[in-house]
Amino acid sequence: MEKNLTYTALFAALIAALGLVPKITLAFGVPITAQSMGIMLCGTILGAKRGGLAVLLFLLLVALGLPLLSGGRGGLGLFVSASGGFLIGWPIAAFVTGLIVEKWRSASLAVVSTVASILGGIVVMYVFGIAGMAIVLKKSLPDAAMLTMAFIPGDIVKAVIAGLLTSAIAKARPASVLSRAA
Amino acid sequence: MISLTSPIETRAHHWSAGLKLGLLCATTLGLFFVESLIFHSVFLLGVIALYAMPGKAFFISGWQHLKMLWPFILVVAVWHLWTQEFALGATIIIRMVAAVALANLVTMTTRLSDMIEVVRFLARPFARLGLNTRALELSIALVIRMTPVLVSKGQSLSWAWKARSNKRSGWRVILPFTVLALDDADHVAEALRARGGLTNMEKK
Repeated sequence: MEKNLTYTALFAALIAALGLVPKITLAFGVPITAQSMGIMLCGTILGAKRGGLAVLLFLLLVALGLPLLSGGRGGLGLFVSASGGFLIGWPIAAFVTGLIVEKWRSASLAVVSTVASILGGIVVMYVFGIAGMAIVLKKSLPDAAMLTMAFIPGDIVKAVIAGLLTSAIAKARPASVLSRAA
Repeated sequence: MISLTSPIETRAHHWSAGLKLGLLCATTLGLFFVESLIFHSVFLLGVIALYAMPGKAFFISGWQHLKMLWPFILVVAVWHLWTQEFALGATIIIRMVAAVALANLVTMTTRLSDMIEVVRFLARPFARLGLNTRALELSIALVIRMTPVLVSKGQSLSWAWKARSNKRSGWRVILPFTVLALDDADHVAEALRARGGLTNMEKK
């Protein structure tokens, strides 16, 4: 019980801390931040329920007005801006990522985590992000989708790194990978 | 950790946080049902006036928080210049700026403690369904406490990397960083249990 709580809180803090990792800019000028990798790690390491809760907790603190998002952003305004849909999709993205890692145990953890991060952390997250963008910017869904495509390559890189990190963490701290416990 | 609440006291700081949040929800929802450019322009002018009322320093810090919108404004502007739907483009931009500005205004005029009070109030019905509200409050406190701790640990890790290599550490420090966070989580869990744990808190 205490472990569930501290893991959830510490991962919410981890997402915040990853927001301070300097941005890496891809060859074609699109910045990628480590924060959405934190969302993937929440799912792959904590599992569906705890991972989703950790992200919810993080977003709650952002909504309360703490500047925890990359670039020191925070506050209620972010949720109604054009990228607000991505934020709303984050907890569900972590949940789906965690669910896949919990259920699919036949392949190596690195492969499972990478695939789970792509399905949860990219596919699910973009569904919400694109819907949010379509509403705020009054565009059709395909048009909104087109506006986000530039970020996909960076997110695939992050999913692969999240997969490798998860399998390395499972070696370093096997008892801490709660998605595979029990 | 410093919250985004403005240190410049305004009258709105003393209003009920629940009321401000309720009004914000209703207004934002309403904005998305109105299509008139004139309405949105007048509304935005009203929001700008609200920002201007507490003085220059407040206005400037409000402006700083809105700067993150410029990529979206640019995209919409270019898009609608291309399709020649100028009025529609202007409406979308003005509505987005007004909605975000109004929400930021609530964030800037509401203290963290008042916000947490609202969360506590909203969580109360869920307590009957079995949600441990004290656990929720403890997790909020833990995140606020542990974020600066993790940030400083991350900084030490990247300094340790820089002392040994002239290349940038990039994502490679994230592995030891995550392991440190997991160890911290274990230690904090043990410390909580040693002090009676979560069940003890419920009894109080």
